[in-house]
Amino acid sequence: MPQVGIAGETIDVNEEGYLTNSEEWTPDVAREIAKVEGIELTDKHWDVLEYLREQHAEGAKLTIRRVGKSDVVDSVKEFYDLFPDGPLKKASKIAGIPKPASCV
Amino acid sequence: MSDTSELASYAEQFGQEATNGEDDRLERLLVILSKGSMEDAYAALIMANGAVMEGIETHMFFTFFGLDAITKDKQDTLHMPTVGNPALMRNVPTMVAGLPGVEALATKMMRGKMEEHDIPPVSEFLEMIVAGGGTLHGCDLAVEMFGLGPEDLVDEVEDIITVGEMLELAGGERSQVIFV
Repeated sequence: MPQVGIAGETIDVNEEGYLTNSEEWTPDVAREIAKVEGIELTDKHWDVLEYLREQHAEGAKLTIRRVGKSDVVDSVKEFYDLFPDGPLKKASKIAGIPKPASCV
Repeated sequence: MSDTSELASYAEQFGQEATNGEDDRLERLLVILSKGSMEDAYAALIMANGAVMEGIETHMFFTFFGLDAITKDKQDTLHMPTVGNPALMRNVPTMVAGLPGVEALATKMMRGKMEEHDIPPVSEFLEMIVAGGGTLHGCDLAVEMFGLGPEDLVDEVEDIITVGEMLELAGGERSQVIFV
């Protein structure tokens, strides 16, 4: 498994760049991954990241629809606008949780 | 604190990879739905939505009974066929499958199952696909044949097009077509 250095810490990631240990996640890690994904994180982005981390910690199976229906975004459209070209995957990567295994 | 100076940064490790080196990835998908049963419509919708979720340029073309999925008063009442569908009720005699109410019951059960798995009704599914940048197109010939007009179709439908125009949606080397 590759390791990368972010803000002086060693972070374990898989071949696709997802964190393999979500405990190693910090806001600096999120900023670094978001930069590579071409996303500038606004307050709204942080809300989504926090929501995803909470949901993951609770063991929820995340889907685009579930995020769209949550209070954290107004609609699925807003989720796509925040994280273009694959919101669930990109947001999960930035949130330091595993790649979602959902088909919807 | 461990020494991380020798480790590659995240950008060094994944920055270039994301944009280069993956040029054989699927770029564009055209999903054609030609049938009006629940199982066929959902197969098409799930694949189209899945492509949108991956950031793939996605188009849908609805023809013949597939038009039901984009027809306002039909899209959320598609049926799960019980007759001529041996995979659905393996141990039930075909004649029973045709009794009044059996198809309605099977449809209702299937809807419940789908909701459990966060699979939305057809109308909401189409909204999700369009929200992600996918486009919906009706078949000109089929719309005419069924005596429909643009007002009968849901607002998310971009236009009603010919087969020639549909094929243009699937142009390019890294394009694929799925026919349901």
